[in-house]
Amino acid sequence: MRLSRDFRGTLVIAVCGLAFTLFAPEVLEFFTIITLSQVIGLAILALSLALVWGFGGILCFGQTAFFGLGAYAYAVTATNIGGSTGAILMAILVAAAFAAILGYFIFYGRVSDVYLAIITLTVALILYSLTRRTSGPEYKIGNALLGGFNGTAAPPLNLPGDAGTVLFPEDTFYVAMIALILAYVFCCWLVRTHFGRVCIAIRENETRAELLAYDIRLYKLGIFIIGAALAGLGGVFFCVGVSRVTPDVFSLSQAAVAIIWVIVGGRGTLIGPILATFALHYLTASLGSQALLNANLVLGTVLIVFVLLVPKGVVPSIIDLADIRRQRRVARSRERRLRLRRTRNGNETAGVGK
Amino acid sequence: MNRAEIVLETRNLSMHFGGVRAVDRVDFSLSENELRCLIGPNGAGKSTFFKCLTGQLRPTAGDVLIRDVDVTGREPHEIGALGVGIKTQVPNVFEGLTTEENIWISARRWHRSSRARTLTTETIERLQLGDVRSEPVGRLAHGQRQWVELGMVVAAEPWLVLLDEPAAGMTHEETVRTAELIREINRTATLIVVEHDMQFIRMISRRVTLFHEGGILMEDTMEAISADARARQVYLGHRA
Repeated sequence: MRLSRDFRGTLVIAVCGLAFTLFAPEVLEFFTIITLSQVIGLAILALSLALVWGFGGILCFGQTAFFGLGAYAYAVTATNIGGSTGAILMAILVAAAFAAILGYFIFYGRVSDVYLAIITLTVALILYSLTRRTSGPEYKIGNALLGGFNGTAAPPLNLPGDAGTVLFPEDTFYVAMIALILAYVFCCWLVRTHFGRVCIAIRENETRAELLAYDIRLYKLGIFIIGAALAGLGGVFFCVGVSRVTPDVFSLSQAAVAIIWVIVGGRGTLIGPILATFALHYLTASLGSQALLNANLVLGTVLIVFVLLVPKGVVPSIIDLADIRRQRRVARSRERRLRLRRTRNGNETAGVGK
Repeated sequence: MNRAEIVLETRNLSMHFGGVRAVDRVDFSLSENELRCLIGPNGAGKSTFFKCLTGQLRPTAGDVLIRDVDVTGREPHEIGALGVGIKTQVPNVFEGLTTEENIWISARRWHRSSRARTLTTETIERLQLGDVRSEPVGRLAHGQRQWVELGMVVAAEPWLVLLDEPAAGMTHEETVRTAELIREINRTATLIVVEHDMQFIRMISRRVTLFHEGGILMEDTMEAISADARARQVYLGHRA
């Protein structure tokens, strides 16, 4: 059945991810591994948007609001309690709780489409302005100074229950990669559950889902909260990778690139946006080391090219291509069999004629 | 009519859009196991009336009662949750999902996973949709899409079924089969069918409600309505 084929795909991707986790520190430079933790955080953000937008049909332009809140919540909590395990949980909780409140008003107020995109983006930009204004000694939560424009320091990860043993950058990379793989497998599982399928159905047709007695507000809120929790987790690895969290996580450009990753990788897939994050981050990073072309200009061109030429995104287009080739191969072999039978019949009649 | 048998009732139901009285003070009642057709010329208010019953519109005034529960202004999913199956005029299906997935979503709302799967298979067989089981519904022909939607209604095993133009745009053979299906559904459920197609109504109807200018003009058998001078004038006149 198709289900098991889907699941095999997930498994293959998860194994590839694990192989990458094991071999990357052997092959790549130390500095690249440190940067990668950051990019993994961004990839989890892309995955969360792939879930919320690609499967839930909710165009959340301000997904970075939850990402940034997660990062800030982690930094502040870890600074105060001096350990990272509780701080990670706190990051996920804060992002999810904020999404629950915001989502309640959005979905129960029946806000949708472009209005939802604008509202969520505005929320991210409000957080941007707010955090930028927190410079000065009076803006502190416990021991953590919010630091305004310069942001606040994000303590490194440590072994669970042992705040003294700080993880090495390689170990942080392992943890981040495993979190990404688990998050990916979780999302693959989620979209195949009853809940996930109802979310997809709502994306396809809200009225029909409602008439089938599903409370679409509740389902949308549910997937919105799950997406926000994932984004919050992404924020943790991002700020640990940079060792700092600044208001820039809430900026307009950060919100926009998250959307670009999903468009380029392909809506309706989970792996596409993850791969697109790595690829585009690599592209901008290598463009950043030269002065000939402006990185943002190239990113903009990539987006335009994709929207015009590959509107479905890379991964869905590859899947489509493979399907077309398979159909062609089936048709060709059928034709060949027919032709063979015809010639054989022809020979027989010819034999009879003699 | 015995009070206990009434499963759906409207009292003084009105729906106004600005100055237009699309539905105006309608008292309507439906008894258990009935198969009722709503007919009327374009703009008579039958579709608006239907949308008030299904929660897609919130009536301006009056009440809708289902089994003596006041459901006026409830959300569509709350009305669906009472065990009411609804098919809208414009086909509402999950375009990107396959026939099987469409019907499964409906069955799974009420049943555990394994039962939902058998129910899905049964429904697909019952509607003869086996050939397009794994096709995305968006790629199906119009008549088949209508049946997928009917399949979704049937798979939920509703006790009250509200259908808005179930035979719209179908070929003659398709219409005949739809009529058979509706009579079959009627064995276990009470139905309201809004329809334009007179031939189709003759195939299925027992009792017909004729809408005119937002109100009920008369309620009788199709034969009686066809014979009635007023009904002829408002509706059948330009056809007969």
